[in-house]
Amino acid sequence: MEYFIQQLLNGLTLGSIYGLVAIGYTMVYGIIGMINFAHGDIFMLGGFAALIAFLVLTSFIAGVPVALALLIMMVVAMLVTSLWNWTIERVAYRPLRGSFRLAPLITAIGMSIVLSNFIQVTQGPRNKPIPPLINDVYHFGDVTVSLKQLVIVVVTAVLLTVFWYIVNKTPLGRAQRATEQDRKMAALLGVDVDRTISITFIMGAALAAVAGTMYLMYYGVASFADGFIPGVKAFTAAVLGGIGSLPGAVLGGLLIGLIESLWSAYFSIAYKDVATFAILAFVLIFKPTGILGRPEVEKV
Amino acid sequence: MPNTNSSANETAPGVMAQAVREGLFAGVLAFGMFLLYVGIETYQNIDNALVWRTRWGLLAIFVLVAAVGRFLIVGFVKPRLDRRKLSKAKAGIPEVSDDKGFFHKNFLKLSMLALVLYPPIVVSLYGVQGSLKFVDNFGIQILIYVMLAWGLNVVVGLAGLLDLGYVAFYAVGAYSYALLSDTFGLSFWLLLPLAGILAAFWGIILGFPVLRLRGDYLAIVTLAFGEIIRLVLMNWSDVTGGTAGISGIAKASIFGIWSFDVGADNNFAKVFGLPMSSAYYKIFLFYVILALCLITAYVTIKLRSMPIGRAWEALREDEIACRSLGIDTVKTKLTAFAIGAMFGGFAGSFFAARQGFVSPESFVFLESAVILAIVVLGGMGSLTGIAIAAVVMIGGTELLREMEFLKHVFGPDFTPELYRMLLFGLAMVAVMLFKPRGFVGSREPTAFLKERKAVSGSFTKEGHG
Repeated sequence: MEYFIQQLLNGLTLGSIYGLVAIGYTMVYGIIGMINFAHGDIFMLGGFAALIAFLVLTSFIAGVPVALALLIMMVVAMLVTSLWNWTIERVAYRPLRGSFRLAPLITAIGMSIVLSNFIQVTQGPRNKPIPPLINDVYHFGDVTVSLKQLVIVVVTAVLLTVFWYIVNKTPLGRAQRATEQDRKMAALLGVDVDRTISITFIMGAALAAVAGTMYLMYYGVASFADGFIPGVKAFTAAVLGGIGSLPGAVLGGLLIGLIESLWSAYFSIAYKDVATFAILAFVLIFKPTGILGRPEVEKV
Repeated sequence: MPNTNSSANETAPGVMAQAVREGLFAGVLAFGMFLLYVGIETYQNIDNALVWRTRWGLLAIFVLVAAVGRFLIVGFVKPRLDRRKLSKAKAGIPEVSDDKGFFHKNFLKLSMLALVLYPPIVVSLYGVQGSLKFVDNFGIQILIYVMLAWGLNVVVGLAGLLDLGYVAFYAVGAYSYALLSDTFGLSFWLLLPLAGILAAFWGIILGFPVLRLRGDYLAIVTLAFGEIIRLVLMNWSDVTGGTAGISGIAKASIFGIWSFDVGADNNFAKVFGLPMSSAYYKIFLFYVILALCLITAYVTIKLRSMPIGRAWEALREDEIACRSLGIDTVKTKLTAFAIGAMFGGFAGSFFAARQGFVSPESFVFLESAVILAIVVLGGMGSLTGIAIAAVVMIGGTELLREMEFLKHVFGPDFTPELYRMLLFGLAMVAVMLFKPRGFVGSREPTAFLKERKAVSGSFTKEGHG
């Protein structure tokens, strides 16, 4: 039982990270209907920004408090990735908005290749380790909870609350939801569609940057290739939860995290990704629009 | 706003001011984007601890290029392009013109001739050993991608089903050949069709569960299947050799008459009294893959004029209409998957025979993405366009391996190969931005009333025919 609870906690932590990244996918998909393949690499960029911020920070101020360091890393990562995602949307996606469906998908895949190779070229292909930031562990019977897991879950919960508030209660969120429902109509009613879409990309990037920082803190290592696998998993999470649905993205993220850690614990670690993808395929066969996705209404 | 550019002299100062503004903005933006990644370099010191140093010079170059580039684009390039577009619109030149030059008319014949003559020409220019690089790296490499892209074109371009895991079938073909020839010692010519059939079989197996899915759900599930197959190949070490893969795969022979094994009595070079070289094998393989490509093209063209091909294209345009007209969408989708997969399987077994070595490394998602990119960049459904895209994208990146002279420009530490995928990604984005409909944007319709007319690609849904 303790073992199970332990794995549940690990899964929850991993799932929080996936959920944060998945929101970026699902928001962009909901609002402009494209798979933003470069989003996983934005997550990776966020991790790298946090890593570099950490290095620079610790070399100037030796005994910086961990909480402050984490906060600064997070803010720097959010700023930098927001700039990147905004620019990418402007340069690579916006000109193709009226074009056929596959065109922005191809530029997104292209941007994903560009981003990971850009980091490989500028920062080198080797894994970048950092010393562990938080070492504290708490014991409850046989269950071990590390402080970093708590930090990840709490930060995710706080961010999701803020995010939920923005989307549901502010004029900006209303504009976003309107654009999602009917872009043309929203534009006619005075919503600045271009600006709303830009902000959506920035919000997605900021959440991905936080996830990247958490990932770096949790595993203590960053690599240029880290964008792909977590990116695909987060995308899988978004689809599993029903793409376009925000609670679905979080639910999907948590599910994927749980599946992954429970499968590794009870079956085999080598096939954990196979299990994740197989469950995705299985769920989609019975619910073709994901768990919380709205059924697609076809109009003739 | 048609009036803003009517008189260039009048608006020039405004344009300049805007160009300066946007240039500065781009500079600031680039500074923010590149400050951490370019301005600071992280590396491990002797103690293996991660440390950093600054690269202000490089950062300055990045910022300057962004600022000046944006300034020039807004200030000079864009007004000129706008003027040209305006004058074209005034003159009323249609998007697709009917008059074609000699080269255009005989493009197929010319390119066929060039392809058949390519190995002899290269051999006569560089000698037998020297031709190796050109025949293998450029010829065979590009043709493999042409074949893969033509195979994927059946699924994506004709049937309109977005498949992000096409490389799985390539892997099935490659491993089928590697395993069957290793275990049973069967020959390439027997296993080639078998690998195709096995891949088609897998296409149907994977096709079944995804039949109900549409668009992007289909995309993610095919991606998942591609990853599953790769992960299984990687982890099922008893059979597939795990990450190490399978090496020492038997070479193909010229229909069993002449062999390319060095020790064999009927070795091609020995029989003809030629000096030993691996180049003969590559030249032979070049013609094999050329033939395979031509078969793919022939089958695709024939299928398009058959009921099943028309059903594919109809399905791509409107699934509901198809169903109401009594087209069996299940059968239609499955055949598209199976036939696309079959070509992938052919290409895979050829790949295994050429490399003599297969490992899961060769079948990562990036390969699927590259193949899909070639299909879309070529103009979805246009065989010529796809071939051109393969030549440009694959040939271009292969060319980068050969750019030794760049070392003299950027110093001896410069390795052009490092920038290969970076430039590939940039090229993907650039081509899509400038030619969203792909290299061949006009389409010849499959079914027509009275006469065949080329239409602009923008009139069709997913890239017509």
